[in-house]
Amino acid sequence: MSKFLSKQDLEEYRKKIINSRDPNKIIIALCGDTGCQAYGANKIADAFRKEIKAKNLQDRVELKITGCHGFCERGPLIVIYPKKIFYQKVSEKDVSEIISESVVNDNVIERLLYVHPETKEPIVKEDEVPFYNRQQKIISGMNSVIDPTNIDDYIAIGGYSALEKALFDMDPDSIIEEVKKANLRGRGGGGFPTGVKWESCKNAPGDIHYVICNADEGDPGAYMDRSLLEGNPHSVLEGMMIGAYAIGSSEGYVYVRNEYPLAVENVNIAIKQAREYGLLGENILGTDFSFDIKVTRGGGAFVCGESTALMASIEGLWGEPRAKHIHTVVSGLYNKPTNLNNVETWANVPLIINKGADWYSKIGTENSKGTKIFSLVGKVNNTGLVEVPMGITLREIIFDIGGGVPNGKKFKAVQTGGPSGGCIPEEYLDTPVDFDRLTELGSMMGSGGMIVMDESTCMVDVARYFLNFLKDESCGKCTTCREGIKRMYEILTDITEGRGKEGDIELLEELGWVVANASLCGLGQTAPNPVLSTIRYFRDEYEAHIKEKRCPAKVCKALIRYEIDQEKCTGCGRCRINCPVEAISGEKKKPHIIDQEKCIKCGICHEVCKFDAVNII
Amino acid sequence: MDFSNIDRILDKYDRSPSGIIRILQDVQAELNYLPRDVLKYIASSLSVPLSHVYRIATFYNAFSLVPKGKHMISVCLGTACHVRGAPKVLEKIERELGISPGETTEDLEFSLETVNCLGACALGPIVVVDGEYNGEMNVSKVDELLKKIKQGGEINE
Ligand SMILES: Cc1cc2nc3c(=O)[nH]c(=O)nc-3n(C[C@H](O)[C@H](O)[C@H](O)COP(=O)(O)O)c2cc1C
Ligand code: FES
Repeated sequence: MSKFLSKQDLEEYRKKIINSRDPNKIIIALCGDTGCQAYGANKIADAFRKEIKAKNLQDRVELKITGCHGFCERGPLIVIYPKKIFYQKVSEKDVSEIISESVVNDNVIERLLYVHPETKEPIVKEDEVPFYNRQQKIISGMNSVIDPTNIDDYIAIGGYSALEKALFDMDPDSIIEEVKKANLRGRGGGGFPTGVKWESCKNAPGDIHYVICNADEGDPGAYMDRSLLEGNPHSVLEGMMIGAYAIGSSEGYVYVRNEYPLAVENVNIAIKQAREYGLLGENILGTDFSFDIKVTRGGGAFVCGESTALMASIEGLWGEPRAKHIHTVVSGLYNKPTNLNNVETWANVPLIINKGADWYSKIGTENSKGTKIFSLVGKVNNTGLVEVPMGITLREIIFDIGGGVPNGKKFKAVQTGGPSGGCIPEEYLDTPVDFDRLTELGSMMGSGGMIVMDESTCMVDVARYFLNFLKDESCGKCTTCREGIKRMYEILTDITEGRGKEGDIELLEELGWVVANASLCGLGQTAPNPVLSTIRYFRDEYEAHIKEKRCPAKVCKALIRYEIDQEKCTGCGRCRINCPVEAISGEKKKPHIIDQEKCIKCGICHEVCKFDAVNII
Repeated sequence: MDFSNIDRILDKYDRSPSGIIRILQDVQAELNYLPRDVLKYIASSLSVPLSHVYRIATFYNAFSLVPKGKHMISVCLGTACHVRGAPKVLEKIERELGISPGETTEDLEFSLETVNCLGACALGPIVVVDGEYNGEMNVSKVDELLKKIKQGGEINE
């Protein structure tokens, strides 16, 4: 492959790829994202390859391993193009039937279709599935169409045309103007206006400027950045190239979380291919713009998602944040002007350049434009990644797209914003999702984790969970963060273990105020949010723990006990055999009992009982 | 001790102190942990104080100063897995193996660690064994999983 030396080279190549592709060829797009791999997608892929070869169908059908399609709950997923037949929960065993029925013949296998939960009708096409048809997948949509390890796929769908437009039809100032006009706000959590950041960085004095993509994705319950980087890495790189051109940077970094091996692999492949095509390197497309990107793997520290810590980490230092009297856009990586944006922020850029700010800013609310990808997880029927226009309500996301709470349980709260965010209760479900409204509710947009909780989730336990996470992840530089979070965690532990006392809630509030106001970086400043927001909306749950020594959700071990319902127990002995501490006794076919002295409350009996006879009291 | 493989890694990053995290990552991947002698060797090769190397090796969770077992079991305690019952799964594994997170069994067969979200939340609770993901774990599935690892069989069904 020779490098593109001009805009025409790229355009001709694009035409060549499109013409060489047979539009009637059947494409089986199999999700190969980390999630579906966990379900065994790799084996399914092997089976397809074998079957296609055995039946000699190479000319009629192509297997494409794509990124995340979104509906992870139903994985492994495949979509058969051009008809867009959507098969879910596919297994190795289904492969030969799929080939013979839906490739060789023109039939649909009903067993693999998604069944509408209400009408009970099977749905054939992907875009008719309720989970998908309310989404607006302008950023993540291409994930299920392209092979992320093949740059030609990206070029064939118009990839790098925004770069062309930026380099040949626009200048740095008009690019920044367009991004400002689109009112793109950072998707990494803070929601800072991207165009304004670019402008400050561009105007900062210095011969070297850096651009960085933040793919540290530390929020424990969010994976949209991973899936973008795994599923469509070129869209992120293209965004970075445009940003670099606008800012005047020739060197970029992608800082990827250590726990994401596939994302590291795919972004490295993408960079290599872009270099081979001359889309990265010297004199891109024959212009005098030169730019290259390096990948840095994180070391497994949440705080390294913070801008100054991230830059320290790239420099090979421990990731401790510094005070930002001087912003990183002026003095960041190696003390040079540095522009840091989140993965999803970068992925929005090509779209804005291609379609224009006017088009883009029609989507969303007044101050939050475009779409946002959320990872909808926890106690919800349709877990997965959803991309929705800003301004959609939480209720629509959780109930219409997410299909509500499973097992007939009652919705309790939704947690957004990760460890810096908060829990939002049912009465605010009709709030439109945008940066400012979520902040008003004591939570925040954050990077996009959306964890649904039902009546069996204890809010004090959730608050304690987040503080445990933050206590471990605090870098220890600020006393208030290092010690304050730990003290708050200890108080919460006391409450969940039945040692809570009058005044604890007020003490938590006071400590929280100090931690938030006296810590240096965002970690400490927002650390009390999970506690303060649960106190704000679920104070009665805290009080039940403290005053009545009762956990209403029946989660906190010290406040519950397991008992066998003597009426329901059939004496099958399953619980007795499975109990790890021999705390259960009883004769065969007679009701069993639990010795409360011996019981360690591991919950196994409750889990294994087939007759629902083990109660939590 | 033979440091030729360490030299190879050091050369890969031009023996530059700013490459130290990547150097340690590669060493960790190769040796499974960061032995004391190796850290000393790296410090002197890069002309940085040993305390500097230790500070990095202890700051980042990806590094271990003690040998890891043959099988690595990582239990996800991310938020999504937490609300779906990951703590119970972890407890069960701890009980079965007799070790806590961060520890290795005496026979060096198993190491146990917890991680915060592996990005497969939809399938939570997740337990990763030697790089293989096991989704929708519960307490009853733990026995089966451990048995399979001990027999050296395939983990994913
Ligand atoms: C403790 C902490 C962790 C953070 N983690 C991330 C992260 O994982 N990913 C991310 O994009 N931003 C993260 N941020 C926000 C970044 O500091 C920064 O604001 C963001 O990457 C800027 O990009 P944006 O303007 O495109 O949002 C974190 C901030 C803090 C304080
Ligand atoms: S919380 Fe466990 S994989 Fe995300």
